Amino acid sequence: MKYVDEYRDGRLARSLAAAIARAVDPSADYHFMEFCGGHTHAISRYGLEDVLPTNVRMIHGPGCPVCVLPVGRLDAALRLAGRPEVTLCTYGDLMRVPASHGMTLLRAKAAGADIRIVYSTLDAVRIAEAEPDREVVFFAIGFETTAPPTALAIRLAAAKRLTNFAVFCNHVLTPPAIQNILESPDVRALGRVRVDGFIGPAHVSTVIGTEPYAFFAEEFEKPVVVAGFEPLDVMQAILMLIAQVNEGRHEVENQYVRAVRRDGNSKAKADVAEIFELRKSFEWRGLGVVPYSGLRLKEAYAAYDAERRFGIAYVPAADNPACECGAILRGVKKPTECKLFGTACTPDTPMGSCMVSAEGACAAHWTYGRFRDRQRRAP
Amino acid sequence: MCLAIPGRVLSISGDEPTMRLGRVDFGGVVKEVNLAFLPEADIGDFVVVHVGYALAKIDPEEARRTLALLAEAGAAAEAAS
Amino acid sequence: MSPKIFRRRLDIRNGRIDLSHGSGGRAMTQLIADIFHDALDNEWLRKGNDQAAFEVSGGRMVLSTDGYVISPLFFPGGDIGSLAVHGTINDVAMAGARPLYLSASFIIEEGFALAHLKRIADSMGAAARAAGVLVIAGDTKVVERGKADGVFISTTGIGIVPLGLELSAEKARPGDRVILSGTIGDHGVAVMSKRQNLTFETAIVSDSAPLHGLVAAVVDACGPALRVMRDPTRGGLAATLNELAQQSRVGFRIDEEALPVKPEVAAACELLGLDPLYVANEGKLVAVVAADAANAVLAAMRADPLGSEAAIIGEVVADDQRLVQATTAFGGGRIVDWLSGEQLPRIC
Repeated sequence: MKYVDEYRDGRLARSLAAAIARAVDPSADYHFMEFCGGHTHAISRYGLEDVLPTNVRMIHGPGCPVCVLPVGRLDAALRLAGRPEVTLCTYGDLMRVPASHGMTLLRAKAAGADIRIVYSTLDAVRIAEAEPDREVVFFAIGFETTAPPTALAIRLAAAKRLTNFAVFCNHVLTPPAIQNILESPDVRALGRVRVDGFIGPAHVSTVIGTEPYAFFAEEFEKPVVVAGFEPLDVMQAILMLIAQVNEGRHEVENQYVRAVRRDGNSKAKADVAEIFELRKSFEWRGLGVVPYSGLRLKEAYAAYDAERRFGIAYVPAADNPACECGAILRGVKKPTECKLFGTACTPDTPMGSCMVSAEGACAAHWTYGRFRDRQRRAP
Repeated sequence: MCLAIPGRVLSISGDEPTMRLGRVDFGGVVKEVNLAFLPEADIGDFVVVHVGYALAKIDPEEARRTLALLAEAGAAAEAAS
Repeated sequence: MSPKIFRRRLDIRNGRIDLSHGSGGRAMTQLIADIFHDALDNEWLRKGNDQAAFEVSGGRMVLSTDGYVISPLFFPGGDIGSLAVHGTINDVAMAGARPLYLSASFIIEEGFALAHLKRIADSMGAAARAAGVLVIAGDTKVVERGKADGVFISTTGIGIVPLGLELSAEKARPGDRVILSGTIGDHGVAVMSKRQNLTFETAIVSDSAPLHGLVAAVVDACGPALRVMRDPTRGGLAATLNELAQQSRVGFRIDEEALPVKPEVAAACELLGLDPLYVANEGKLVAVVAADAANAVLAAMRADPLGSEAAIIGEVVADDQRLVQATTAFGGGRIVDWLSGEQLPRIC
C-alpha cells in the first residue's frame, strides 16, 4: 500500500535503530510518553521496544478513547440500548468494554438489545432514514479525529429534518489531557512518572494542527514531536525527541509533515465549533475529572442530543478496586504491576478498559509483548 | 487518534458539500469516503481516511522528504559503525 | 423427480418454506425430492431410506462433523452450501484421509425463499461432484420465522485413512517446520465485503475449496515425516497454531514476512483494523513436518493448483509457555495470541 509500506521497511528500521543507539547519551535515561493509543498499538505490534536501546523507555499515555470512557457513561449507553424503541449505533471498539455488573454492549445485544456496529457516522444516519419508527442513537466517542464526523452526521440529520436521530456525545480533547498529566502530582511534584517528552498524536493533529502543543513545550519545557502511525514514523520521532533532549531544546516538531499542517484542518475545526461546545468538566477513567476536556452539543442542536432527549442522568460508577487502569493510563504503573493482569484480567475476561481496547496498554502488552516478562525474569 | 489510512481518490460525486463522496482506492480495496472536510481534494490525490471521512491530503513532496530523511539518518549511523 | 402423488409442482421461483415442509408429510417429501434429491442425486438417495449402508475396505475410518451458520448466505466465491461441502471434506482430509461420503442436515427458517434453497442445494451438488464425494443421507427441519438465520446446515463426513498414517495434533516436535499452503484472510474479507455497514468493492473471493487432492500430494511426498495437518478456519491461522501449540505442548516461531497475504486482503484488513492472522480461511492448510522433509512437501504443494503460493512460514520450538511468537518485518518480536471474542472492526 502506498504511503504505508514504505514506512514499515524493515531494512530502514534496522539502520534507524542504529541511529537511535548512536544518538543516545549512554549515561542518560530517556522516558517518552506516546499519548495516542494508536502509537501504543504500533509500538507493541511491531515489537519496537526490541529495537530501541535499553535506556529509552516508552510510557503509554491515556490517548485511547475507549480506555478513558468512564464506566458510568457506558452504563448510561446500556440503559439507552435497553429501551425497546432505541437502536444504538456504535463503533466496534466499544462492544466488549466491561460496564457495571459485568455487562457489555455485546452481552446486551445477545440479550436482545438493538445494538448495531457501524463503520461511519453516516451509516447511523442512513439507518435513521431507513427506519423511521426506530429512535437511532449514535454512541459517539473519540478525540478530535472523530468529532468532525459526528458533527457532520448531526448537520446531515438536521438538513434531512430527521426526528429520530440523536448522538450520545462522549468526545474528549487531547490538550487538556496532556496538561492534566503534566500537572499531576505524579509527574510534577512526586517525580513518580518521569516524562522527558511526548510523541504527539498523528490524526488528532491532522485536525487540530501542531499549534496547540506549543503551550506544553513552553510551559512545561517538554519537547513534543507529532508522529505518523507507521513504525518508521515512530522511530524517527523518537530520534527527534532524543536530539531535543540532548540539546536541551523543548520545541514542537512535526515528523508527520506529509499529512499534518500547522493549522490542521480548518473546515473540520469549523464544523466542530458550530455543533459542539466545551463541557465545564468531564470525568475520564483513570484521570478523574478534567476541566474543559469534553464536548457536548450546543443548545441549538438539543434535538439531536441524546442526553437531553432521553433525560440521561450520569451516575458515576467505580472501577473494580483491584483494577489499576487508572494508574496505568497515567503512566504511573505498568500492566505487569496490576494484580489482575494475566490472571483475572485477560482479553477474554477483561476487568478494565485497558485490556479490552486493542490499544490499551494492558491489551497491547498481553497480546504482543508478554513473552518479554519471562525473558526479563530469567537470570 | 487512530486507524486512519491513506488511499487514492478515483472519482468524486455529489453536489451538496456535506455529501461530497469519493471512491477511494486503498491498495486494491475501493471504498466510498466522505470528502466534506477536504473540499480541495481532487481525483488522483492521496487522502488520509478515518471512520469513512477524509481528514487530510498527503503531500507527496513532504512524503518523499520524510523517506529521504529516514534513509539519511540510517545511512549516517551505518557509516559511523 | 416428483412422483405423481404431488398435485402441484413446487413453485421454486416464488415459493417460500412454510412449516408444512418440515412436518414429515407430503410437502416435505416433495421438497426433499424436488430440491435436494434433484441436486445431489445418487443411488443411495434414490432408495429413499433414512440411512445409507456402504462397504469400506482397507484402512481406518475417519469421521468429522461441522455446522455452517454463515451470514450472508451467498458471498463472492461461494455460499453456505459449497462451504458445507468443502469444510467437512477438509476436516476429514486433514487426517490424511480420502473423503468418501457426506450426510447433510438442514434447519430452514419459515419464509425462506425456495429459489435460494435450490441455489444452495445445487451449489452443494456441484461442489460434491467436483470433489468426487457423495451426499448419501440427509435430514430436513423447518423452524418458525426468526429462529434460524435463513438456513443452518450441518454436514458429517466419512473417509478412509491408510493404516499406519496417524497424524495428530500432539505430534509436533521442536525442530519441525510449519508449511502453509497459500494466502491467508481471503475468505473472511470476502464475506465481510458483503456484510451490511462494511461494504466495499473488492475483487477478493473466498478461497473455499476441497483440499483432499492437496493432502494426498503432501502425504505422498512426506510419508512418516508428516506430524499433523489442519485447516485454519474461524479464528484464522493464529487459532490453529495456538491449538497445536497447546496440544503438542510446544511453541511456534513464525516469520511474519514469510506469510503469504494478497495485497487487497492486506489493504482491507488495514481499513478495518484487522490482522490477517486472525481472519478466517476455507481453502488453506497448515502442515507440520520434520525439518528434512520440508522442501519436498513445499514442492509437492506448489505443484498442486491449490498450493501454488505455499510457503515455509516457521518452525516448532520448545516452549513451556506454549506461545506462538512471530518476528515482525521490523525485526522485533510479538506474540500471536488466541483471538479474544469475535474480531470486530476497530476505529482505534
